[in-house]
Amino acid sequence: MYLTTTESVPGTTIVEFYGLVSGSSVRAKHVGRDIMASLKNLVGGELVGYTELLAESRQEALSRMIEQATSQGANAIVNIRFATSSVAQGAAELFAYGTAVKVE
Amino acid sequence: MDDQAFEIIFQLLLTVVLLVVGYVVGKRREERHLRDLARREAEFAWMPAVPMKHIPGAERPEKIALVEGSVVVSIDYFKRMLSSALQIFGGRIDTYEVVLRRARREAVVRMKEDARSRGLDAVICVRLETSRLASSGSNGKGTAGVEVHAFGTAVSLPKTDDRLAQAAS
Repeated sequence: MYLTTTESVPGTTIVEFYGLVSGSSVRAKHVGRDIMASLKNLVGGELVGYTELLAESRQEALSRMIEQATSQGANAIVNIRFATSSVAQGAAELFAYGTAVKVE
Repeated sequence: MDDQAFEIIFQLLLTVVLLVVGYVVGKRREERHLRDLARREAEFAWMPAVPMKHIPGAERPEKIALVEGSVVVSIDYFKRMLSSALQIFGGRIDTYEVVLRRARREAVVRMKEDARSRGLDAVICVRLETSRLASSGSNGKGTAGVEVHAFGTAVSLPKTDDRLAQAAS
């Protein structure tokens, strides 16, 4: 499976389009991480717990998108974009979308 | 009456202690991070990471991969108090500018490290996104942190020898 943020897969040609594919994942942080983060908030800098949480969540969104593309018979997803939104207190939605295509 | 006075003094002291800890530790951590960033950026200076869709030499890469880097940062207590004071007057809020700039640099370096760990030489079509994380306390009005996410398409570039050979033929 080729994954790109460009409009094509460099060095190949697109032979078929399958349309928009997307995947999302909503996650909340657990209490332990929240307490650590509020302590870290005092001194500033990176909140490692949140970085990891969001990265995991984004990977899940990506793999759901890939699953959808695979089930349609695509072998590449081009023009991938990500979006993040805070849906509720302490919960965030990670969303990945792109165009499923077949390349040769 | 004495109890009340004691409580007010205690609250004041706590705020002062938090401000001092925030300032001293926050500043040390920031300086350490900036040094670390400078070192890693120099290490990866040879790797182009550009928002363009095409770069010379990457027309037919052998390998491509989606790469990304992200970081969640927050500002320290001292700077947060200073920012809310600055917001009364409006204008530039330096404190946030600095922390966001740090976060972007960090995210880009992590993306480059991701590309390198896959054995790739350049990142094209780089996109940067910033989003705010609402904290679970204070009715979701507070900010737990800001996330910066950098992502792009990593490609392999032909070795210099190959390019020379191509030019010669």
